[in-house]
Amino acid sequence: MMSEATGIVKILLFMVSCVFTSNYIFSQFLGICPFLGVSNKVETAVGMGLAVTFVMGLASLFTWVIYRFVLLTLGLEYLRTISFILVIAALVQFVEMFLKKSSPSLYKALGIYLPLITTNCAVLAVTLMNIDGAYNLLYSVLNGVFSAIGFLVAIVLMAGVRERLETANILKPLRGFSINLVIAGLMSIAFMGFSGLVK
Amino acid sequence: MRKSKELGSVFLNGIITENPTFRLVLGTCPTMAITTQAMNGIGMGAAATFVLVCSNIVISLLRNFIPDKVRIPAFVVVICTFVTMVQMFMQAFVPALYDALGVFIPLIVVNCIILARAEAFASKNGVLRSAMDGLGMGIGFTLAITIIGTIRELLGNGTVFGANILGTAYEPMLLMILPTGGFLTYGILLGVMNYLTSRHDKKKLRKGGAQL
Amino acid sequence: MSLRISTAPHIRKGVTTQKVMLHVLIALVPCVIAGIYRFGFGAALLLAISMCTAMLAELIFQKLAKKPVTTNDLSALLTGLIVGLNLPPQAPWWLAVVGSAFAIILVKQLFGGIGDNFMNPAMAARAVLLASWPVHMTKFIAPINGNFGADVISGATQLTAINSVNSPLTLSGADLFNHFTGNIPGAIGEVSKAMIVLGLVYLLLTRVITWHIPVTMVASAALMSLILGGDPLSNIVSGGLLFGAVYMATDYTTSPMTKKGQVIFGAGCGIFVCIIRKYGAYPEGVTYAILFMNCLTPLLDKFIRPRVYGAEKKQKEAKADA
Repeated sequence: MMSEATGIVKILLFMVSCVFTSNYIFSQFLGICPFLGVSNKVETAVGMGLAVTFVMGLASLFTWVIYRFVLLTLGLEYLRTISFILVIAALVQFVEMFLKKSSPSLYKALGIYLPLITTNCAVLAVTLMNIDGAYNLLYSVLNGVFSAIGFLVAIVLMAGVRERLETANILKPLRGFSINLVIAGLMSIAFMGFSGLVK
Repeated sequence: MRKSKELGSVFLNGIITENPTFRLVLGTCPTMAITTQAMNGIGMGAAATFVLVCSNIVISLLRNFIPDKVRIPAFVVVICTFVTMVQMFMQAFVPALYDALGVFIPLIVVNCIILARAEAFASKNGVLRSAMDGLGMGIGFTLAITIIGTIRELLGNGTVFGANILGTAYEPMLLMILPTGGFLTYGILLGVMNYLTSRHDKKKLRKGGAQL
Repeated sequence: MSLRISTAPHIRKGVTTQKVMLHVLIALVPCVIAGIYRFGFGAALLLAISMCTAMLAELIFQKLAKKPVTTNDLSALLTGLIVGLNLPPQAPWWLAVVGSAFAIILVKQLFGGIGDNFMNPAMAARAVLLASWPVHMTKFIAPINGNFGADVISGATQLTAINSVNSPLTLSGADLFNHFTGNIPGAIGEVSKAMIVLGLVYLLLTRVITWHIPVTMVASAALMSLILGGDPLSNIVSGGLLFGAVYMATDYTTSPMTKKGQVIFGAGCGIFVCIIRKYGAYPEGVTYAILFMNCLTPLLDKFIRPRVYGAEKKQKEAKADA
């Protein structure tokens, strides 16, 4: 009973760590391209974040299984990058087709973001880090889902600020990527407060 | 003669006119993640340049054989092959750098610079031109991230390439080697580059006007 | 010179930015006096340096950017003063310079100046200084004009002990009294709670701020510390909680427009303060709590629309158009 409770606490702390303490955007620099590219509107940012969460969770699951039961047993560990990226690409294709058939409304909402996710380095990164961190299946999937929720939090906050700054009197050379990076930099200061929350 | 001049301009294009870091804003993740030291910039840049040149050459060679529909997965497989080679090479010969760059070495696969050049240039151009484009883009990327790394290392640690520059009286601004320093340095440098480019363009325009 | 549209509901008709800033400056006078009384000439010098730097930074940036110079609205002076009040009394002078310059240039002017910044400049500056030079920013001296024992105390005053996970400390009556008079080590502006409360009363009476943010922030911090097994009163009076709640969380441009939004903002600040104090790597959480809620403010404003004010604004706009 005791160990079960501590297990749950451990899992909760792990989730907090994924979302806040080691946020993919503000402390790990993963997934910056979509973070900068698709954060001009809050609604689209939410869509992108949800799509990434969906794919990262599934990708963590599949790549872990493939690594553990195919690559390891065949002694082909060095093929993991190439096999993972192919798995992710196939997964994105499959999810797209599946959504199109089964849930047109969800497809409509997430559809345009799905192709972009293949080249989102956060997805490949989480699958590789699951292996490097020697996570078990449960932790791999949790890592995928909650790191992606960290991405979702970051991109939605960013979109909020960017919407607000639309009318701001920003110097011309700074507009675009430049000021967005400065915004992200200042936000990462706020996220420093979460450091040490999980030891 | 004309051909070599033309190749030269393809080469310079990646370094200045279409610098992947400062003009195209591609490959932002490694640009900020690994630039806590100038040396990391060179290491990352060299690895990416190798992959860029090789993948551009191979993709250019195969450009007439790859069916259009599966071209992106095909590009990714080619790129991934070279990335795996680089990864194994670095692990064996420069383990310290390998550890410093961490997950960002295998992530060269999804570095948008490489896929973008494969799609936009190598799949449409000859081998020599593609190789030159890869080299120019790679060196442009290397230069840019080394500059960012130098600034961050200098302010955040008082050193450049490990050599103490600012003396012992300087108290390093630790923020610069934290993630915040990466975002702010890159953001402000981008702004400065935009300003310089627009001023350059204006001057050119004025000159052109005077000649008319 | 008036603030931009996004801040409209805070400001009643005819109140200029300059007047608001002047009120806040006046409200800070008790804190400044207490700080100088407790920490001497060095503290006064630090405040002067940070104020001068802030004004100069604003002037130079606006000249270089060929923008109208707005140093007369006093907002830069206020930012500089708050940066200074957030410093430990023995901080080196360049800490004040870097802090003020960062606040004005990177956090405020790059985004277009007053009304356009999304983050509180002084708060961001404090976080930057703490991350960059942690040793200087956490070295607090014992106050002069008092009978405080130790000479130099490191760590965020008694916060570390109060929030220690093993044996949370409760301040005794005498300790509490010292916190009210400022007879404790700490940052220049935050030591005397009585003076901060005095400032709060002034700001409320002049209607520069409303009670929503400071009260919800303090109340939620008290509740949260109780939940986390600490002593609410000790948590409220120690560190920069009151100072932050009165002077920094209430910043117009970086807090929500609506009353409902402000209550959520204040509550969020209070909760995060306690969580970071108890579990975080940093002993003090006020800075990060406010900065995080600053980031959330645009969303609070987006999803909690002002009802009465919105209608009024539309009417006004219609009138202006006509």
